Amino acid sequence: MAELTDLTLADARDLLNQGEVSARELTDAHVAAVESARELNAFITETPDLAREMATASDERRAKGGARPLDGLPIAIKDLFSTREVLTTAASHILDGFTPPYESTVTRNLWDAGAVLLGKTNMDEFAMGSSNENTYYGSAKNPWAREGDNRPLVPGGSSGGSASAVAARAALAATGTDTGGSIRQPASFTGTVGMKPTYGRCSRLGIVAFASSLDQAGPMTRSVRDAALMLGAMAGHDPYDSTSVDAPVPDFEAALTGDIRGLKVGIPREYRVDGMPGEIERLWQQGMDWLRQAGAEPVEISLPRTRYALPAYYIIAPAEASANLARYDGVRYGHRAEDAKSLTEMYERTRAEGFGEEVKRRILIGTYVLSAGYYDAYYNKARKVRSLIAQDFREAYREVDVILAPTAPSPAFPVGDLVDDPIAMYLNDVFTVPASLAGLPGLNVPAGLSDDGLPLGLQLIGRAFDEETVLKAGQVLETAADFRHAPSFVAGS
Amino acid sequence: MANYRIAGETGQWEIVVGLEVHAQVISNAKLFSPASTAFGAEPNSQVSPVDAGMPGMLPVINSFCVEQAVKTGLGLRAEINRVSTFERKNYFYPDLPQGYQISQYNTPVVGEGTVYLDMPDGEVVPVGIERLHMEQDAGKSMHDQEPGTTYIDLNRSGVALMEIVSRPDIRSPEQAGAYIRKLQSILRYLGTCDGNMAEGSMRCDINLSVRRAGEVPGTRCEVKNVNSVRFIMQAIEVEAMRQIEVLESGGAVELETRLYDSFKGETRSLRSKEHAHDYRYFPDPDLLPLVVEPDWVERIKQSLPELPDEKKQRFIEQYGLSAYDAGVLVTERETADFYERVAAGRDPKVASNWVTTELFGALNKAGLELDESPIDSAMLGELIDLMQDETISGRIAKDVFEQMWETGKAPSTIVEEQGLKQITDTSELEAIVDRLVEENPTQVAQVQEGNKKVMGWFTGQVMKATGGKANPKVVNEILQKKLGA
Repeated sequence: MAELTDLTLADARDLLNQGEVSARELTDAHVAAVESARELNAFITETPDLAREMATASDERRAKGGARPLDGLPIAIKDLFSTREVLTTAASHILDGFTPPYESTVTRNLWDAGAVLLGKTNMDEFAMGSSNENTYYGSAKNPWAREGDNRPLVPGGSSGGSASAVAARAALAATGTDTGGSIRQPASFTGTVGMKPTYGRCSRLGIVAFASSLDQAGPMTRSVRDAALMLGAMAGHDPYDSTSVDAPVPDFEAALTGDIRGLKVGIPREYRVDGMPGEIERLWQQGMDWLRQAGAEPVEISLPRTRYALPAYYIIAPAEASANLARYDGVRYGHRAEDAKSLTEMYERTRAEGFGEEVKRRILIGTYVLSAGYYDAYYNKARKVRSLIAQDFREAYREVDVILAPTAPSPAFPVGDLVDDPIAMYLNDVFTVPASLAGLPGLNVPAGLSDDGLPLGLQLIGRAFDEETVLKAGQVLETAADFRHAPSFVAGS
Repeated sequence: MANYRIAGETGQWEIVVGLEVHAQVISNAKLFSPASTAFGAEPNSQVSPVDAGMPGMLPVINSFCVEQAVKTGLGLRAEINRVSTFERKNYFYPDLPQGYQISQYNTPVVGEGTVYLDMPDGEVVPVGIERLHMEQDAGKSMHDQEPGTTYIDLNRSGVALMEIVSRPDIRSPEQAGAYIRKLQSILRYLGTCDGNMAEGSMRCDINLSVRRAGEVPGTRCEVKNVNSVRFIMQAIEVEAMRQIEVLESGGAVELETRLYDSFKGETRSLRSKEHAHDYRYFPDPDLLPLVVEPDWVERIKQSLPELPDEKKQRFIEQYGLSAYDAGVLVTERETADFYERVAAGRDPKVASNWVTTELFGALNKAGLELDESPIDSAMLGELIDLMQDETISGRIAKDVFEQMWETGKAPSTIVEEQGLKQITDTSELEAIVDRLVEENPTQVAQVQEGNKKVMGWFTGQVMKATGGKANPKVVNEILQKKLGA
């Protein structure tokens, strides 16, 4: 038998179903892996006792013949999801000691499907960032390293801990959330599969809100099949999230037929941005060739408003965040500044102490763009841009079935390199933000290595609620790319 | 009504008033959460994680509250907007857990309507309704529990409110009072708000400006959170006087928010325009636009009860009541129903007199509500029946009424027990008259000389002799006959 921690989620499931391994064994191996991977700082909270308890309960269910779709499979949860009686921080000092009395719908769905919680993963504070350096709990590290260079690399963000844990074999799978690329970009940086489903596919209830009109939960895994499995368990209508869509959840795994003959794949010319590294451009071309060889038909398309997506995103997301984060005021839970002389001072010091620099920057931007006299020039204009971008995609999907693009403009970069350059950091989202604004499903598939040996990913963007086509095409890419490289750091080895 | 004018040092002034009424929606659950809305519970015992602004919690619209708002809109003869939106109104305060209030800003659920005021002199004053929108209430800060500490009660946080905004059509304190009472009446008929200002389920902000008679209105001030009809009327008077004094002394009224101090009888500045909040309204991304289907609105419309204006018109036509009496009777639905039960099969005007004069008089005196009355509609009806079939006279009826009030006994029982039955036996009354004629020759002579007053004196003597039980009509006939007057 292969190393338990090196299994895919689907293979582990099959072994459990065949009785080759118990949930407890699988979980023990992963608990040990989590522990051995601490240098990655991928977890904010480890829950080994709870994991063993859940695994034991899973084995008991299975013994009675009542195994569920993900029964006994140990996974990690981004620390943005509320987990009942388990510390939930959003990687922020301001949520010190916060243990919610409720469970997010997505994690409840996962536990109902039998999954086992290994712990809560590190992330950029309130999901704001592209490097997992904006965290009260210290940067998470990428298990990959450049050839001949020992500097620690960022795992991407904001779901950096989840990406790092999955890449390093410390969890079979993890949840992430994606607002402007927070699943896809770290997946690209760590050679993992990450999917942002259609907005409304997964419930947002219990996920600490960053930008409500954009936030969406999704899976982070080591294979496209695993992403399909995870998404099937996570998704579903939630009457307690008004933006969750009442649509049936398809059998995503069944969509992985490998047959993409006749599929029209859009290649958006506007994604060929100035200064795109040659290695990214070559990989993109390689992706087109792979899909063509599988019988698909690449078609050049135009998404003319692409260049306005990033600025529009960096208005809309901070605007919503400025209101969403107003509740962290020190009054009811989390951090409160001590010995404040007045209410105003309590507010000011609580929030000054509790929020990190990037969060403060975005609250300031968001407050500014919503202010009287600036609202129309910024927020309202950005909303208009957003609807035009969605229109671009709708028009494109009259011609094509799915769109192929790079996921990120570069491979992982060293910790510290961009911390003083927020604009350069924001540019990491250039290829992921348009699909976010349009609410469309996007998938990162690891497709090759950069010149210095780091993973690079390709992104597939689908029609709203057509994750099936995205996953199907993604699996074809995955097979063609045959990405078998392992990171330089692997848990337990 | 004659135009309301305030005489200043330099001339006559008019007032221009618009009212914003916050009416708590009658609903078991809150606007966006399932928590209870019952009044008077232990602090923080009716708070869901949504109401407490916990991380990751999401609002879900309570469709019953929407139905209540639509119903209210229909009752205000207002247009119902098929699509409306919810916005976030951002500000920091400890009793506002989310850091924003979810309200309707750009497009309210209810648009323009009209409320008709029935003034005591019979004038009907239309007041335009600009809009009605739904929003969440905040919690309550309690500063008086412990020195230096503020406690927060979130029971009210998230409770559904309807903000009903009038046009600046109100021109006197009396009209303002009549407007509030009319709103209370309509909302209570509809069962959408209990209109209780003392418990805070109805609150009022006053927008007021003054102008020289016939000229354009000046700068307005807002007087916030006034919580009784009396205080609203007082606040309007004192704020109008204040503005007139400012203007007449050469000053300018500042656009600002003020508070009414009912102890001192004055308004005070709360915050000026420079310190006005920038609420940074924007559409709440957690909520989809609210769509109300025309069919659904139509069904609600069909289910509406008869409202005060329609009922008043019917009372005038069906019962021949004066506009004033009809207006008094229809203010409360319970009163109107009570009256209709009393009037059924009886003289409607007599019924109206007994309900509005005797019963209301007694209730007022005792400080009781109609539902606490010891006399119910069946008893009052029976009393009127006894009068109408001449078992008792009107005068005796008033005595019986008093005893009914004291003892709760049926009028027939009281009449029976105390032998109050009217005497219509001619021979018995003739004997009394004969005796009086014999004993009072002087008075007889005066009557025969044409002194009508003395005729009345004889009637009184008969009544005295019979303990008031004599049928006055019969007595009169006998006196006429015997005295030949």
